[in-house]
Amino acid sequence: MDLPQRRTDIGPPHYKDFLPPVIQKNYGDWKHHEVLSGGVMVHVGNSGDKVWSVRVASPRLLSTDTIREMADIAQKYCGGYLRFTTRNNVEFLVSDEKNLGPLQDELKAKKYMIGGIGPRISNIVHTQGWIHCHSAATDASGLVKALMDDFADYFTTKTLPNKVRLAVACCTNMCGAVHCSDIAIVAIHRKVPKIDHDKVKNMCEVPSTIAACPTGAISPDPGKKSVKINDDKCMYCGNCFTVCPPLEIHDPEFDGVAIVAGGKVGSLRSDPKFSKLVVPFIKNNPPRWPEVIEAVDKILNAYAKDAIKHERVGEWIERIGWEKFFKVTGLPFTFQHIDDFVIARETFRTSPAFKW
Amino acid sequence: MPKKYETPLLDELEKGPFPSFVTEIKKAAAKSSMAGDELGQLEKSYRDRRGYWKHGGIVGVRGYGSGVIGRYSSLPEEFPEVANFHTVRINSPSAFFYTSDSLRQMCDIWDKYGSGLTNMHGSTGDIILLGTTTDKLEPIFAEFSSRGWDLGGSGSALRTPSCCVGPARCEWANIDTLDLTYNLTQEFQDEMHRPAFPYKFKFKVAGCAVDCIASIARADCSIIGTWRGKIAVNQAEVANYAKSGMNIQSEIVDMCPTKCMSYDGKELKIKDEDCSRCMHCIAKMTKALKPTGEKGATILMGSKAPFVIGATLSWVIVPFIKLEPPYDEFKDLVRKMWEFWDEHGKNRERIGELIIRRGMREFLEFIGVDPVPQQVKEPRRDPFFFWKEEDFQK
Repeated sequence: MDLPQRRTDIGPPHYKDFLPPVIQKNYGDWKHHEVLSGGVMVHVGNSGDKVWSVRVASPRLLSTDTIREMADIAQKYCGGYLRFTTRNNVEFLVSDEKNLGPLQDELKAKKYMIGGIGPRISNIVHTQGWIHCHSAATDASGLVKALMDDFADYFTTKTLPNKVRLAVACCTNMCGAVHCSDIAIVAIHRKVPKIDHDKVKNMCEVPSTIAACPTGAISPDPGKKSVKINDDKCMYCGNCFTVCPPLEIHDPEFDGVAIVAGGKVGSLRSDPKFSKLVVPFIKNNPPRWPEVIEAVDKILNAYAKDAIKHERVGEWIERIGWEKFFKVTGLPFTFQHIDDFVIARETFRTSPAFKW
Repeated sequence: MPKKYETPLLDELEKGPFPSFVTEIKKAAAKSSMAGDELGQLEKSYRDRRGYWKHGGIVGVRGYGSGVIGRYSSLPEEFPEVANFHTVRINSPSAFFYTSDSLRQMCDIWDKYGSGLTNMHGSTGDIILLGTTTDKLEPIFAEFSSRGWDLGGSGSALRTPSCCVGPARCEWANIDTLDLTYNLTQEFQDEMHRPAFPYKFKFKVAGCAVDCIASIARADCSIIGTWRGKIAVNQAEVANYAKSGMNIQSEIVDMCPTKCMSYDGKELKIKDEDCSRCMHCIAKMTKALKPTGEKGATILMGSKAPFVIGATLSWVIVPFIKLEPPYDEFKDLVRKMWEFWDEHGKNRERIGELIIRRGMREFLEFIGVDPVPQQVKEPRRDPFFFWKEEDFQK
């Protein structure tokens, strides 16, 4: 097979080669923007030039056929320019207003979901799951599909007090910013790894396996040239499994997901926040995880009903207090909600002023 | 012909309004037997409620230690076409802009050598080519690199830097996020392609405190644009917002975290010296309010997911730095950070974990940054602290 000459360390193509002319011309000189509908916004330059962005949902996992279809649509209406967002939406960049209607008509005809802009639910940031990951305790794509089917109206048209950022991580390794989302699903294991001593001997480096444990539960087992795990200390994070695969952590009977809420990354109004545990465990129930949808529904509905305009989920919870959050959502509070890890004492209530 | 599998559970996920990943896998499976076996194995995962992938093993292209991640089915006899199903990471262009032609070019190469499945994009921001075999890696690399594309980072290396849409299409960008991302990526090609760090290192560049790239939550070094001047108020536009139904008192003034604004029904006043530049008012009244004066960025460090010490958000190291090409001051700072990490970091210890372990003082002294109140939420509460001989001379 004849191959072209390879080149090394050239880095990515220059971004300027991929910017539409209207953006090249108004680069760094934008005046303002306006959200025109759930999936359309216009940016206006100091020059008076305009660029319209039409945003559509994407499952992130794309076949080359679909990417070619998107490329063709962009060719037809956008001079061949499009971009992807941090949350894996696709944005068609229109510089000629008369293409705006026909572009949306074609997208709708081809069953694209237009939306995700403004005080709505945008695409869910998520990880690889059973599709391609060794440590997944759930499938991210399936959960995302089930959640977004349920919340489709909040993507396309319906509004919320502010934007709601959802995320799904298929294990506690959390590829992506799951730990600072309005509502996130994080898959967890609940059983101590089962050690295959013969394989540990051949496949694993004992010191790095020990160092991988956040709770110091792993120690050497010199007799077996392996390691042992103190069951009482293990909190099933699975980090040891990534370093040493013969420490089998998967257990379909006991694996499942937790739900965390109230995080954000922006500094608007209040500092960035971590998401906090609201539901400690729900069993995996593919293909549609109805119990997860139901729990997220409870949080979203309570927020939509009760939050003040512009409040994010975390700001709403801080204002009403956690005791009221558990009351209005109807979610049970358990021992698992009380922290016993590294920052535990920072989370204990140190005031007698609270609600009933 | 790719093998056909019965997929009753996954078929359920082709229903409903949101675009279906199952449909995507089926489209690829119509052409690729690898995608076919991916579908078959995934159905089994849905049935058994567990994944069937193994990782590890060193695979890659000549001269590179990163950019390819080895992935293997743990059921190679049942699903032979995905016995090897490696990931190739292609470095994405700044802010994920593409032309139709560039996407078609990528698709042509990938159909020829891989499963036809991609992620646009992976969590770090690479173009993820999902599923190929070891013998195809060199051809894939030759085809891409000869057309101006390169591999992204993986393993204990600099990972592919990424940024928000920035000045390309946003009026709030205080720094050129696209250019800085491109420039850093070019400058540190060796650090990206030949892993020599204790663990991974991520840069994420955001143009303002809205942080659309989630820099503060998932970058060892978060670069977030800010400014040091006043907010210019266009009172006519303020009046237009009021006229169009915005309650300026409750939506803007009352929500200001520093209470530096007031509104008497005619004029919006800002006490600029009390403003913390959180972006709430500007984001809600973009036609009326504009930052002015010196533009630059805050450098924060240390955010990461929970392993090992619990999740962290990046914390302030340098409250304000000018960021203009060729970015030498910032690059020198980065090299000092890496030197500290190289000297003291343990295997698989992120730089943020190291700073916590050794203390902020040691880190700040090493990189030559003075202590300032902007680096902390509050001063320490306990009376246990160290003194150094040089402190007595002050």
